[in-house]
Amino acid sequence: MDTKLFKELGLEDIHGKIQAGERISVEEGERLFACPNVLAVGSLAHLVRRRMHGDAAYYVVNQHINYSNVCVNGCRFCAFGRKKGDSLAFELNVDDILNKVKARTDDPITEVHIVGGCHPDLPFSFYEEALRRIKTLRPEIRIKAFTAVEIAHFAKLEGISTREVLTRLKAAGLDMLPGGGAEVFSTRIRALLCPEKLSGQGWLDVAREAHQMGIKTNATMLYGHLETERERIEHLDALRRLQDETGGLVCFIPLPFQPANTQIKDAQPTTGVEDLKTMAVSRLMLDNVPHIKAYWVMLTVKLAQVALYFGADDFDGTVIEEKIGHMAGAESEQALTRRKLERIIREGGFRPVERDCFFNAVKRG
Amino acid sequence: METGRLLEKAALGERLSIDEAADIYGQADFFGLGQAAHSLRLRKHPDPVVTYVVDRNINYSNICVCGCRFCAFFRAPDQEGGYVLSREDLAGKIEETLGLGGTQILMQGGHHPTLPLSFYEEMLRFIKDRYPIHIHAFSPPEIVHFARLEGVDVGTVIDRLRAAGLDSIPGGGAEILVDSVRKAVSPNKCSASEWLGVMEEAHRQGMRTTATMMFGHEEEPCHRLEHLLALRELQDRTGGFTAFIPWAFQPGNTSIRRSPETAVSYLRLLAVSRLVLDNFDNVQASWVTMGPKVAQLALQFGANDFGSTMIEENVVAAAGVHFRLSVREIRRIIEAAGFKPRQRTMAYGPVEESDRDQS
Repeated sequence: MDTKLFKELGLEDIHGKIQAGERISVEEGERLFACPNVLAVGSLAHLVRRRMHGDAAYYVVNQHINYSNVCVNGCRFCAFGRKKGDSLAFELNVDDILNKVKARTDDPITEVHIVGGCHPDLPFSFYEEALRRIKTLRPEIRIKAFTAVEIAHFAKLEGISTREVLTRLKAAGLDMLPGGGAEVFSTRIRALLCPEKLSGQGWLDVAREAHQMGIKTNATMLYGHLETERERIEHLDALRRLQDETGGLVCFIPLPFQPANTQIKDAQPTTGVEDLKTMAVSRLMLDNVPHIKAYWVMLTVKLAQVALYFGADDFDGTVIEEKIGHMAGAESEQALTRRKLERIIREGGFRPVERDCFFNAVKRG
Repeated sequence: METGRLLEKAALGERLSIDEAADIYGQADFFGLGQAAHSLRLRKHPDPVVTYVVDRNINYSNICVCGCRFCAFFRAPDQEGGYVLSREDLAGKIEETLGLGGTQILMQGGHHPTLPLSFYEEMLRFIKDRYPIHIHAFSPPEIVHFARLEGVDVGTVIDRLRAAGLDSIPGGGAEILVDSVRKAVSPNKCSASEWLGVMEEAHRQGMRTTATMMFGHEEEPCHRLEHLLALRELQDRTGGFTAFIPWAFQPGNTSIRRSPETAVSYLRLLAVSRLVLDNFDNVQASWVTMGPKVAQLALQFGANDFGSTMIEENVVAAAGVHFRLSVREIRRIIEAAGFKPRQRTMAYGPVEESDRDQS
């Protein structure tokens, strides 16, 4: 894209800053959102993405396990959570979880991703035992489990500090926290959508604590419900400030809200251009977060491939048995094979790199 | 000329040679290609309008003697599951289309082994006698097939169908307009020159048609460009094509084993098509094969039309791909991309603008 175009769009100054590797402000982030030319915004994000990762596009061979959908929170944007006793409620015991891991012992999985609802009465020992037994069964696998929201919930239920929760889970085998439950940090939005849930500040506090203890985390943003673009930018800014402080964020994942089967009936699903612009602005704002993920489960595989040109460098994983997005009407596949992931990345013009949960390249024999 | 200069030239609507087209198709970066195609699109249509048509695909029969390897829809004449639509079903589908604000039907079938030309004439008359609807029907391979079966020339077939009520001819069955590719994937279907011949004759008789390309099966990238050049050459002579519609082959349930084209390759081809077909007014995005999200982005890669609401679609669905969109959703997607949606006819004229369903 030539300089003339950015001048026409009134983005000459931002273009200059991005070229010079300088940080953009919250106001500049808002101007990028307001820009009608998604290709121009995308090309800026692509510049940064190429500078950071060249033509690499990462993916992980992973397994998702949702241990239970029973949840005390009742967030209005969620199609997954159920109250205890609901006919569609489920909870796995530790053996069930182990069986799911065992069922895939022949697959070269490097990461298991475990999240669930905020269950009202599962004892803390359940989570510790699950982690310990997975680690015993497959010591080579990294366990990325429990969002900051679940961590705070365990602490409350067990009557201990979040630091103690993290310490004990780490001792049991926890390697990393996923980025879920961040939604949009705005107190206005959380009051409307998820008043029972851990606050935005609370989420950031748990993430900070984890980082300080040497536990890396991801971070998400659920967008496209009732939030304003300003609230998205403020969310990104809060993460950028946390990252300046701790450096513990590995990957940022923007998640388009899927309205089907949720209580936000009048919301329309996000469109492709909005998804791509949000991806690009995330890359541009989060100059200190190494990776941006195009989560194909929510975006569709086709758009996720295109998103590799709009700031994303990670294609997520093979994801067997995803439930949360699909229960909200996500129309993507249930799983992708490694071969298919690599082909899609290559045909998009990028070089596939298999990674572990910390984004170390995985060497296969 | 270096690739960047070629893109600048193409964006201004200057003609690309096949070598120049190959250069930008192979070398141009993703954003440069999109930007150039979008610039040309804006030169041709300065108003930020994206059109769409409310119509229905009606497949009057799936019985076909062609046996194309890429097709998941057809049934051989002796195979179970073959059908010819009854007049009653046909009428019901048209009434439903009109009820939904539809202006046209896209009617195609297989190469039926025995139905005479009079069957198709009567079908057209049956529709025209009853319904005020535009009939966009019978792709060139069907016309060639009718001519052979009837023992008359293509011009006579078109003339008779036109007299019976045919309004325009859809660009289907073009696949890739290169005979070596056609021999491999659709050996029993009309040749490239026959396909072009039908369109030329239709244009000569004053009928408008569209043109398609089905890519991503067994052709090479150079064949796609040859296809575009063949269309451009005919359009120079007749000006009868209203639009070009490329869509990606969907391999599900077919005899061709390969992976479908990805979104990025689709967008690149779409942009190159916009730039090469400098004498085509309209280029259509394919949400049916690419999904609404990628089709929306296609509006920045040279497409100025969002295609049809597809009240019914059977051929792509037979290959296992099911996307559905309402008129309201199509309008929302177009608006979210920064354009004004406008319902159009087959000839790309506006349907009365009463700011319909703004609710």
